Amino acid sequence: MNFSLEGRTYVVMGVANKRSIAWGIARSLHEAGARLIFTYVGERFGKSVRELAESLEGQEPLFYECDVTDDESIIQTFESIQNDVGTIHGLAHCIAFANREELKGEFLNTSRDGFLTAQNISSYSLTAVARAAKPLMKDGGSILTMTYLGGEKVVQNYNVMGVAKASLDANMRYLASNLGKDNIRVNAISAGPLRTLSAKGVGDFNSILAEIEERAPLRRPVTQEEVGDTAYYLLSDLSRGVTGEIIHVDSGFNIIGF
Amino acid sequence: MAETFEKVKEIIVDRLDVEESKVTMEASFKEDLEADSLDVVELVMELEDEFDMEISDEEAEKINKVGDAVNYIDSQS
Repeated sequence: MNFSLEGRTYVVMGVANKRSIAWGIARSLHEAGARLIFTYVGERFGKSVRELAESLEGQEPLFYECDVTDDESIIQTFESIQNDVGTIHGLAHCIAFANREELKGEFLNTSRDGFLTAQNISSYSLTAVARAAKPLMKDGGSILTMTYLGGEKVVQNYNVMGVAKASLDANMRYLASNLGKDNIRVNAISAGPLRTLSAKGVGDFNSILAEIEERAPLRRPVTQEEVGDTAYYLLSDLSRGVTGEIIHVDSGFNIIGF
Repeated sequence: MAETFEKVKEIIVDRLDVEESKVTMEASFKEDLEADSLDVVELVMELEDEFDMEISDEEAEKINKVGDAVNYIDSQS
């Protein structure tokens, strides 16, 4: 079995800063020898990801702006990637958004706009991106998205994002079903809480981390590297028989009932 | 206090890409240093790492000026 990703190209969407899960994934793929393509939205994150990528030695990564709320932007991004590199072998979708004021308090008070925004950016974007990326996966491929326990069980303050993650999970399975005949696999990682910019937007995040340290089987939070390495597994041929699956990289927290 | 301020200033200059002279105890993150809400969250996380402490959401919301951050950090150590 060849563990190297040399000669393969992967798109990583959603690096915001050094703490981003997407950045952990990018590093694991890079270490395995993959060529990387980053997409970002807005100059703020564009600057941030370019600065981070300078630390990656070897093959120069490529950068494209992609606004996942805009179908035209998604189509253009992947057309540009196709023109520049031809074939891609996988894609990591690490994108989600909800209004901060709806990530605390009662879910009952979620606004229609807030609900639809969360669904649009956090779930539908996977469908649109998969459709645009499919023609580039000429040798088959692997698509990975990031979900969270809050889509399966109620997690305090996760609220509208929990419903968006439930939608994303189903979305991932339907895409896996459609794309299997093209030898494209679609899976998700449900990562335990990590101190990312997004996680900090969820009310009282620090207390969630404390709970993990106390109750998760491994008695510690997971690291960005651990999530990155599972992503490497799912994006490489090591997982070639796996599709439509959610792997929990969460110190085992999800198995605990009481 | 002076030592905390120097460290906080260093982080702010690095994260917000502002001139050192602009970072005073009285400087407002949003108005004087032109930080948006994401910048503020990133800064809070950097401060938590640097000073090995937790800053709750409630406390973070009260941090408007550089001095607020410095005073909060000093009150915890």
